[in-house]
Amino acid sequence: MLLPALVLELLVHLIPMVVGVWMSLKGLTQFFIRNWSAAPFKGLGNYRVALDVHGPIGGDLLSSLRVTVAYTLASVGLSWLLGTVGAVLLQRPFRGRGLLRTLFLTPYALPAYAAIITWRFVLQRDTGMLNHVIVNDLHLAHGRPFWLIGGNSFAALVAVSVWRTWPFALLCLTAGLQTIPPDLYEAAAIDGASFGRQFRHITLPLLRPVNQVLVLVLFLWTFNDFNTPYVLFGRAAPRAADLISVHIYQSSFITWNFGLGSAMSVLLLLFLLAVTAAYLILTSLRRSHA
Amino acid sequence: MTLRRLGLLLATAVLLSALLVACSSSQSGSQSGSGSNAGTTLTYWASNQGTSLDNDKAVLQPELDKFKAQTGITVKVEVIGWADLLNRILAAATSGQGPDVLNIGNTWSASLQATGAFMPFDDASMNAIGGKDRFLSGSLQATGAAGQPPAAVPIYSMAYALYYNKKMFAAAGISAPPTTWDELVADGKKLTHGNQWGLALEGGSVSENSHHAFTFGQQYGADLFDSAGKPQFDSPGEVAAIKRYIDFMAVDKIANPSDAEYANNQSVTDFATGKAAMLLWQAADTALKSHGMKPDDYGVAPIPFEAPAPPGGRHVNSMVAGINLAVFANTEHKDAALQFVKFMTSEAEQIALNKDLRLAADCPGGVLGPGVPDRHGQGLPGRAGEHRRAAAAGGAGEPVRDPGRDRHEGPVRGRGQRQADHLRRHQGQAVRGQSAGQGRRLGRTAGWQRSPRPDAGGGRRPNSGSAAPRPSGAGRAGAAPG
Repeated sequence: MLLPALVLELLVHLIPMVVGVWMSLKGLTQFFIRNWSAAPFKGLGNYRVALDVHGPIGGDLLSSLRVTVAYTLASVGLSWLLGTVGAVLLQRPFRGRGLLRTLFLTPYALPAYAAIITWRFVLQRDTGMLNHVIVNDLHLAHGRPFWLIGGNSFAALVAVSVWRTWPFALLCLTAGLQTIPPDLYEAAAIDGASFGRQFRHITLPLLRPVNQVLVLVLFLWTFNDFNTPYVLFGRAAPRAADLISVHIYQSSFITWNFGLGSAMSVLLLLFLLAVTAAYLILTSLRRSHA
Repeated sequence: MTLRRLGLLLATAVLLSALLVACSSSQSGSQSGSGSNAGTTLTYWASNQGTSLDNDKAVLQPELDKFKAQTGITVKVEVIGWADLLNRILAAATSGQGPDVLNIGNTWSASLQATGAFMPFDDASMNAIGGKDRFLSGSLQATGAAGQPPAAVPIYSMAYALYYNKKMFAAAGISAPPTTWDELVADGKKLTHGNQWGLALEGGSVSENSHHAFTFGQQYGADLFDSAGKPQFDSPGEVAAIKRYIDFMAVDKIANPSDAEYANNQSVTDFATGKAAMLLWQAADTALKSHGMKPDDYGVAPIPFEAPAPPGGRHVNSMVAGINLAVFANTEHKDAALQFVKFMTSEAEQIALNKDLRLAADCPGGVLGPGVPDRHGQGLPGRAGEHRRAAAAGGAGEPVRDPGRDRHEGPVRGRGQRQADHLRRHQGQAVRGQSAGQGRRLGRTAGWQRSPRPDAGGGRRPNSGSAAPRPSGAGRAGAAPG
């Protein structure tokens, strides 16, 4: 019974991965795309180029990794925070709760492209709504700031990413909150525990399993996010928002150096595996101690 | 009941597909057996030249019907937008499953040639399509690396030019378009006021910027590759050239800083809608028209240059921009494909297509429309008198050569000045011959060409163009018919 599943798993996941690793060892450029097997074997040559942080390619990859880590921390942190606050506030029934929940979930339900292209329009310097509001209406800024190029692009990217992912955190945490028995809160209230203490001592500990998975999933999604930067900035992302997925795409599809791109992808995979393993070990250890 | 119906349906489908397979195999069988290609079906990937994919299809279809009437060969055309075309070609090259004939941006020629995905136009193939002489030699040199048979042949040509808004020029008291960058800056300052800017730039477009980096670099005497083929993008001349371009916005302030975000041809929109008075673009007519700008509202002039010329500076206005026609190496219908290439690059088709698409034809005769008395530019009425260079260009069959400008050409350029493509043609208006594709630099520029169009943003025609510079000397002024 397990065999078909196993075969499919091999086909869908393992084989592409093995092919990717094989490509990363080859000098697979446009000269060989018609006949991959003819590409020269480069061994770890592609990896040396990608890891040479003093060279132009390795240096750019490292700076892209830094940007991506900062972006992921900011986006996951804010999404989780907003999701938690939203879920707790929406926990008790009140008029219009269903409406609010639906409204909050909308960004998650929108097709990525349509949603992000709208942000792109909003963030344009001359015709964008954001500048219209903060410069023309509120007079908060002097001169029109750029949001899609230059240093502000990082903030713009984080904002759009949070807008897109926090509803997922809200959804998961709302579901998690349903599993906490109301008696606990009643008992705590009778004992005189404030809202803050209830949150710290009941809500957070009981949400821990949900949070463990949620944060990991958000981390992996955000780290590998391609749609948001690609639709927002196009193929040439500003340096301040040069995420690694787009960076690798640039290094392989745009320059047709698929060997180097594959090497970068394998390195990214190893990095994510290491982070994930460390995260799971750490969180599980703390749980078993608790 | 429903199950049985489903079974019937399935059986019918299987039978039908078997029949179809039989049909298609018999087709290809008959075609390879006999000398005639009648009955063959070719697949053609066309690039987007008109105002929309549908518009392109509408322009092409009558010509394809004509081809079918002549040869019995059916051509199925698919028009592919610029944002997708290179990826589609890449996928086709990788899988070996592609069209029979296709369009490529001519800057891609060398890099796609390297993949071996296209049939090389060796002497036999070249003769089969009517010989080298049917192409302008400048364009023909933008078809692959030097010393190799072309990977494609030219079908449409374009060149950069300065588009300017006549009303704004008149309102600012400027009588003629600028010929030097200093003049352009001075004019630009007069034209910049209120919501109007002197110049529109496509600042976020990788391909536009690299085209300008090349052309400006040539004007500043900088080559992107040294004689050994080593890249030297940061040579002092190149740095000065790119600074000249950037300074329009940063120092001279004649371009809207917001243009730095533009990568989807917004600068063309700004020019067409009166937000900017000047634009550096290639073959902008259809785009301007689609934004509601009338042909009489704007003028076209050669790209200005730096005066006095920097050391080694060459008077280059544009790279040889354009579209090439390639035959996919895996085609099973090579003869039919060559017949189709021959048809598409014939003088009659070039005139018909380029008239509809407002481009420059690639055959020597094709730059002139029907009814033009002389193919070689003699006695053609340019839009003479419209401005000072037009007078030099249009008048009497002299090459587009302004005496003041030629001294910038170093001995480097002596070679290979050929007959020209031209800049622009317009219904009822003169074509301002811009000039001689000089070519021959492909050896050195192959590396430049090797990187495929890096832009995304999907300009309508951002990829077109090759690295061969186009000096403005020794050209000809042609005129399109009225």
